[in-house]
Amino acid sequence: MAELTYRAALAEGIAREMDRDPSVVLLGEDVGAAGGVFKLTEGLFDRFGPRRVVDTPISEQAIVGAAMGAAMTGLRPVAELMFSDFFAVTWDMVINQIAKSRYMTDGQVRVPLVLHTANGPGLRFGAQHSQSVESWLMAIPGLKVVAPSNPADMVGLMVAAIRDDDPVIVCASKGLLPTKGDVPDGEHALPLGQAAVLREGTDCTLVALAAMVPRAVDAAERLQADHGISAEVLDLRTLIPLDARAVLASVAKTARLFTVEENPRVLGWGAEIVSLVADEGFWSLDAPIVRITAPHIPIPSAAALEDATIPSVDRIVDTVRTTLEASR
Amino acid sequence: MADKTAAPTPDAALPDLETGLRIYRTMVECRQFEVRAQELFFEGLVRGTTHLGVGQEAVAAGFAAAINDDDYTFCTYRGHNHTLARGVPMAPIFAELFGRSTGLLGGKGGSMHLTSVEHGVMGSYAIVGAHLPIALGAAWSAQYRESGQVALCFFGDGTTNIGAFHEALNLAVVWKAPVVFVCENNQYMEYTPIGAVTAVARPAADRAPAYGLESIVVDGNDADAVYETAMRAVARARAGEGPSLIEALTYRHGGHSRADPGKYRPDDEVKAWLAKDPIPRFRTALLGRGATDAQLDAIVEETRAKVAAAEEEARNAPEPTPEVLETQVFADGGAAWRN
Repeated sequence: MAELTYRAALAEGIAREMDRDPSVVLLGEDVGAAGGVFKLTEGLFDRFGPRRVVDTPISEQAIVGAAMGAAMTGLRPVAELMFSDFFAVTWDMVINQIAKSRYMTDGQVRVPLVLHTANGPGLRFGAQHSQSVESWLMAIPGLKVVAPSNPADMVGLMVAAIRDDDPVIVCASKGLLPTKGDVPDGEHALPLGQAAVLREGTDCTLVALAAMVPRAVDAAERLQADHGISAEVLDLRTLIPLDARAVLASVAKTARLFTVEENPRVLGWGAEIVSLVADEGFWSLDAPIVRITAPHIPIPSAAALEDATIPSVDRIVDTVRTTLEASR
Repeated sequence: MADKTAAPTPDAALPDLETGLRIYRTMVECRQFEVRAQELFFEGLVRGTTHLGVGQEAVAAGFAAAINDDDYTFCTYRGHNHTLARGVPMAPIFAELFGRSTGLLGGKGGSMHLTSVEHGVMGSYAIVGAHLPIALGAAWSAQYRESGQVALCFFGDGTTNIGAFHEALNLAVVWKAPVVFVCENNQYMEYTPIGAVTAVARPAADRAPAYGLESIVVDGNDADAVYETAMRAVARARAGEGPSLIEALTYRHGGHSRADPGKYRPDDEVKAWLAKDPIPRFRTALLGRGATDAQLDAIVEETRAKVAAAEEEARNAPEPTPEVLETQVFADGGAAWRN
């Protein structure tokens, strides 16, 4: 067991697979000698050399397209997209090519690659460098989407993503990069599609993802201490595949559901969770489902405005408390 | 930096008679297949859309004859010729066009996405420009694995104005990747003359020097010239000397897609290009090289029977059933996005 930052855990996950499997290669802007703009790949260039850790030009279509071509022909590339907003620059590669080629060729082509990216708000970078894009990605059949909330999960999910025979997007939350946690030594791969119950509860379920997970946990603790409300916190960990059973099981127990999302309101991943529970868990419910999200706006840059955009612990606590009071 | 003064490698030469006959057969097969596919469109048997390469067969056939079985080819939605040229059987291609279960892609891809990995046909790409970076990635993989394989990437003149073209060329040169980019300049990007929307006269060749590459223009309706150029570029790639960009001048005899009669093209222009039809031209060349009329006629007749048999086989195949809808989205063979 070693304590790592979330940031270092991403590199650790890649390093473990590069050690184990010579077909794993890494490419992206500044990922080599510089160790990445967010230092997500620090140490990998020194350890694995320029043949396996490859600096690219600012050419997102070439980076992602080349990763696809390499994945189709025997390698397991990991490509970094510096900011998740840059998916918009290489959208054709991701949604038209990578996601669909297996289906369109009836299984002839496989694309075992990982795209990892610095995702989400929190660093005051403004609207083009702060988006949470996981909900865009989960809407595309053929992609798997992972968004870890802590260093141990980052290593375990990155390892699993690299081993997976499908394209997997690993969303690393910018706001979590300096956070620390213990990471198991040795073999540590988490199955894709398995949520984690981080805190058991009986009065309501908070479903959260990535950077919203620690906030949901803090909110749950405060709800218990200040208001006597017992909230269960479910960390989805992966959006696709989705651990629907874990969501339904928790709602069956608590009868009240909240989602905590940092994305803009419309069609955020929580909408799919709500739809799932409305279809399959309706008779368990004792209160309206409430989504706690960002407003449907671009992310502003000023600290006061960005903080007001993203669900805070206060907002989670207040929303849960008032909803539960109204339903009693 | 690529070597702009690279001398032709010694093995670049006219195809020998046996290779020439193979190229001729490929061209005839492509032509007859596509002419029949077009007829079947009008019969209503082929749905959706098709983009024919009638008139452009020498490019596909010449390059296919210059590579090894395990080399990779990437092409566009105008990809019937490139798929047939690698030896993919006709019946599954017809069946894919007809939407049958025995289709090359099980009915999931259609005309624009023909792929046969076992033949090195790594896909037909229907978004302009996408496959240049992907072909580069396959070449990078071959380089990394030291497999000696080369990737060929065919695209149209319209592709030279999209960003992915430039991104892929730059990175291919930086990596010295074993990839050959082949622009089939058929003079029109969809319905618009390429010259009307391009800053330079030769849309690919004039861009080559910007990436430190030699400007290479070849008569794409001359199978000998295509073969010779292909041999040189492939040898260069295989020797680790890096990528090439080749502009092959050619012409599609018909419109952009089946919906387009191509009326925007001046009659004189069409007439002049029809006179340069690559198939009769190459036939004449082969006759001068020792082939006989009987030999060449036999190829035409054998192909006629082959096309008819393939069509019949595909016509008799069943349509796919809904059970296959939710298969092959993911590597486990299924489509499960949740438990």
